[in-house]
Amino acid sequence: MAAAASETLRRTALFDRHVAAGARLVPFAGWEMPVQYAGVREEHLAVRSRAGVFDVSHMGEVETRGPGALAFLQRMLSNDVSTIAPGGAQYGVLCREDGGVLDDLFTYRLADDRYLTVTNAANHAKDLAWLRAHAAGFEVELADRLDDYAMLAVQGPQARALLAPLTDGELPARFRTAELTVAGVPALVCGTGYTGEDGVELLCAPGGAGPIWDALLAAGVTPAGLAARDTLWLEVCYHLYGNDLMESRGPIEAGLGWCCKEATGFVGSAAVAAARAAGPAEKLVPFELTGPGIPRQGNPVVGGGEVTSGTFSPSLERGVGMAYVPAARAAVGTELEIDVRGKHRAAVVKDKPLYRKDG
Amino acid sequence: MADYPQDLLYHPEHDWARIDPTHPEIATFGITWYAQDSLGEVVFFDPPEVGTQVRQGESYAEVESVKAVSDVIAPLSGEVVEVNGALGDASEKINEDPYGDGWMVKVRCSDPSERDALLDADAYAAQLD
Repeated sequence: MAAAASETLRRTALFDRHVAAGARLVPFAGWEMPVQYAGVREEHLAVRSRAGVFDVSHMGEVETRGPGALAFLQRMLSNDVSTIAPGGAQYGVLCREDGGVLDDLFTYRLADDRYLTVTNAANHAKDLAWLRAHAAGFEVELADRLDDYAMLAVQGPQARALLAPLTDGELPARFRTAELTVAGVPALVCGTGYTGEDGVELLCAPGGAGPIWDALLAAGVTPAGLAARDTLWLEVCYHLYGNDLMESRGPIEAGLGWCCKEATGFVGSAAVAAARAAGPAEKLVPFELTGPGIPRQGNPVVGGGEVTSGTFSPSLERGVGMAYVPAARAAVGTELEIDVRGKHRAAVVKDKPLYRKDG
Repeated sequence: MADYPQDLLYHPEHDWARIDPTHPEIATFGITWYAQDSLGEVVFFDPPEVGTQVRQGESYAEVESVKAVSDVIAPLSGEVVEVNGALGDASEKINEDPYGDGWMVKVRCSDPSERDALLDADAYAAQLD
């Protein structure tokens, strides 16, 4: 199956290295990506205790440049883009007019009138078309940079210490960026990540990804796959587009009101403001099972609601997930039952994040 | 590495049965090396209750890795007489020792002729290629 599918799947610049490292490769959003190497639990715990590296080159990039770049992005993104200083980074969502979420994305300000926005792989073409459709009237140029960048995420409490000797300058602080060389390769280094750990994300020309990867592994960083990435983000209650975020849901019910600044007048801001004022009928909540079982995406919540992400948490050693539930049942401590393939599993609504360092 | 003991009978859905030599009506069930390798690290085994009637070719339990859940298929029909309770706290035994400590249930078989439908080790291994 994998062999047949691979003919139409894209491969990252690190494909041969993944094979050499013993990765199991799976189709993901049109790409052939490493889901695991040594094993998801081992990779997960390596990131929590030390450092891991993920190939996330499947993620897309859109560059916005020109005198109207700020005005355009302020119109398109939910957050207040004017607060990103040069060299800064910010999270936000892209909304339809009705407030439905098209994507969630990080935007880096590379220069005064130059921004780079990182898209989810499955949404890249859709996002680009949406942005282009709204660019008329702005003094702005949009460039699809998907093919120009490989992307590596180096994450874990020791990520910076292991990476620092490979660079020619100081690593950026959290939510800051720096143009450095890493293992001799020019890279945009960003103080961001998707694991709840300290660390950075590196964007470089695809041809440079191999030397950086090799140097990281030689420094003792563990290769980690998409399966560990899933358990890591879910433990800290980040959102995955396609699971927890979708066009039929708005950012308020998803708990992303903090990155929506309706006063900026972004596309969808009126709908978001209305949802915020009215209060959502359902809310996305993290939960954990109090007994046996593992919740999965699509499991119904007994009495109303649905699991959008679910897994076994290697750190907590139990089933955890996120679900949209009626607002009346969203309070921390509310007891839920999850219908896991016909078996009702006891669960409780938890505070974010599900996993905290030091307990 | 891949291992398919000669003394077992195999169901094509990657399950094995070991017939007790002294009590041939009792069979032990588990999943094969191939099954546990495909699944990855097992983190949860959801067993049937003792007394449950299982049917050849049908699911009698679930086994879950971090990523996925799989049905466990009964290689033979009968009544569950014992469940490997040790897997409740140590489901990794299914990966570490799929034919030993990773056994799942013991079943009192209802139809000895069903064994004819199962594969020997060589035939099972051949169909994996």
